[in-house]
Amino acid sequence: MNSITGKHQEAGAARTVLELEVNNHAGVMSHVVGLFSRRVFNVEGILCMPVGDGRSSRIWLTVAEDARVEQMIRQLEKLEDILSVRRHGASHEVFERVGEFFK
Amino acid sequence: MTEEDATETLNGSQIVVRLLERQGVRRVAGIPGGSILPFYDALSQSKLIRHVLARHEQGAGFIAHGAARATGETAVCLATSGPGVTNLLTAIADAKLDSIPLVAITGQVPTAMIGSDAFQEVDTYGLSIPITKHNFLVCSAAELLEVIPEAFRLAASGRPGPVLVDIPKDVQNERIEVTRWPEAGRRTPAPEADSEAIARAVSLIDAAERSILYLGGGVTHSDGAALAVELAEKGGLPTVMTLMALGTMPVDHALSLGLLGMHAARCTNMALEECDLLIAVGARFDDRATGKATAFCPRAKIIHIDIDRAELDKIKTAHVGIHGDLGDVLGRVLPQIRRQSRARWLARVGELKAGFPLRTPGVDDLRTPYGLIRAVADNLTDEAIVATDVGQHQMWVAQTYPLRRPRQWLTSGGLGTMGFGLPTAIGAAMAQPERTVVCFSGDGSILMNIQELATAAEEGVNVKLVLMNNASLGLVAQQQNLFYGGRVFSSRFAVEPDFLRIAEGFGWRTLDLDSANNPREALGEALSSRGPVFIHARIDRSEQVLPMVVPSGANKDMIGD
Repeated sequence: MNSITGKHQEAGAARTVLELEVNNHAGVMSHVVGLFSRRVFNVEGILCMPVGDGRSSRIWLTVAEDARVEQMIRQLEKLEDILSVRRHGASHEVFERVGEFFK
Repeated sequence: MTEEDATETLNGSQIVVRLLERQGVRRVAGIPGGSILPFYDALSQSKLIRHVLARHEQGAGFIAHGAARATGETAVCLATSGPGVTNLLTAIADAKLDSIPLVAITGQVPTAMIGSDAFQEVDTYGLSIPITKHNFLVCSAAELLEVIPEAFRLAASGRPGPVLVDIPKDVQNERIEVTRWPEAGRRTPAPEADSEAIARAVSLIDAAERSILYLGGGVTHSDGAALAVELAEKGGLPTVMTLMALGTMPVDHALSLGLLGMHAARCTNMALEECDLLIAVGARFDDRATGKATAFCPRAKIIHIDIDRAELDKIKTAHVGIHGDLGDVLGRVLPQIRRQSRARWLARVGELKAGFPLRTPGVDDLRTPYGLIRAVADNLTDEAIVATDVGQHQMWVAQTYPLRRPRQWLTSGGLGTMGFGLPTAIGAAMAQPERTVVCFSGDGSILMNIQELATAAEEGVNVKLVLMNNASLGLVAQQQNLFYGGRVFSSRFAVEPDFLRIAEGFGWRTLDLDSANNPREALGEALSSRGPVFIHARIDRSEQVLPMVVPSGANKDMIGD
């Protein structure tokens, strides 16, 4: 990856977990990750599954806790296919529990 | 039974044409090609929509810009798959940065071939994600009934912007029964702004001693210019404008400080330096306006009003951020603020204006940049539209053309696209044929969409192209001279095209101001005639746009008088 990403990773042990409700169709994931990647903002972890009747999905993201997170949330909220965005602390257990599969 | 309920069997292309007609679209610009031929076939049967055949898809995109920028209505452009799409992308990106409502309809290879590296296949959806407000890859003809009105709704609602609809060829050909037509997509109202924030803004405005009103392109997009001027007058607020906002307050209004930022008059940036309250209205603190952002308005509290919540606190943290439609917000702020003369502050601003005005050497000599621009303006009324390309000529015009009306001024602000001017002028002239459209261009910019001279001649548009020819990429050469030790490299053209013969070859009337016996009279005659005229004027290579903020420097540090 590039050096800017590397610097962020070094600097920040602190993480933020974002929970997104999104429409479930091809392309939504690209919209979401594109917002981060084109700002050279690395997404450390991604989980996504359909919810309910499958018309929508939930995406969990873990990203560096960074001054830009608030701006990223506002940019996410502008995306047409994003229904809601919630911000959680790094202590949210979703990634910790999935972490089992990465051992 | 109404006509609405009559069942018809139509293919996807016919459905799109019908939806565009119902949307009120009467003109589209594009170029046909393999993957969009079914749509063109359906379009050929429309009695309501006229197709403008551009000569390059980027030209088609900017023709749509011209219509959208001049009228505020969403405009449509078309391209085929592959290179048609990639050619169109620059115009779409330009619309994203300047918040211009466009709907781009593109052909795509048949659904079954997507992902197979088919002939003229490109990932249109993927390419357009970062430069559109939203995009669609349509999977069935039935979906078009939702997607097309939705595309128009999205393009026009909130902060306007471009929406792309990619339609595979098989979807264009798919026949379905249509029993009901959807409502046309219209702008949905923005959420109402927070009254408490408005109240805090009002008390800041009333309490401030040295406020400045900072108008951005959003004022034009929200038709808020009249309210903004009223606000300035009631509050005694000196007013600066971004490149996109020029014309929202007449430049010769007593409160106008004109353009701010990189090529502002010194007095404008100096006043900003001294202000204690900055009221940003539909402006996004672009770096060309603010200079080094941390040094911008260092003594000021900030009120920021914008329809896009993500703009609030993006560059500068606002003391009061108001998310809402500018018309609504200004309409509510206006009756609440105190009428003030702010005599002391206005006297100080007057002092700055007198001491550090914009210097316009040669303004009485038609053979200089400022003189030529003045001479053009002297021959036109405020009803004329002024389009530009990008570079020195654009900045000279921005500095000195007496813009007095919103939507009078069409320029590529955010993306700064050379090649923008001519096709945009064509689109504006077609949308408002009663107006004269003057397009200032440079010899670098004009070559980037010169093929649209053919479109203009074919349509007989009332465009007067004023080519300011210095055989250079002038703004590049200027920066190399000022900031790169005078190492002028790759910015002076060794071979000069004969622009007058080129224009004649495309069927344009021409005027060479350099060889005219009475250039002033000839210019007046050319500008008052109907139809396209190509006006050529040589500009001295040593002319610079001054003053100038050092790139990434603070606005207070300007080079030149």
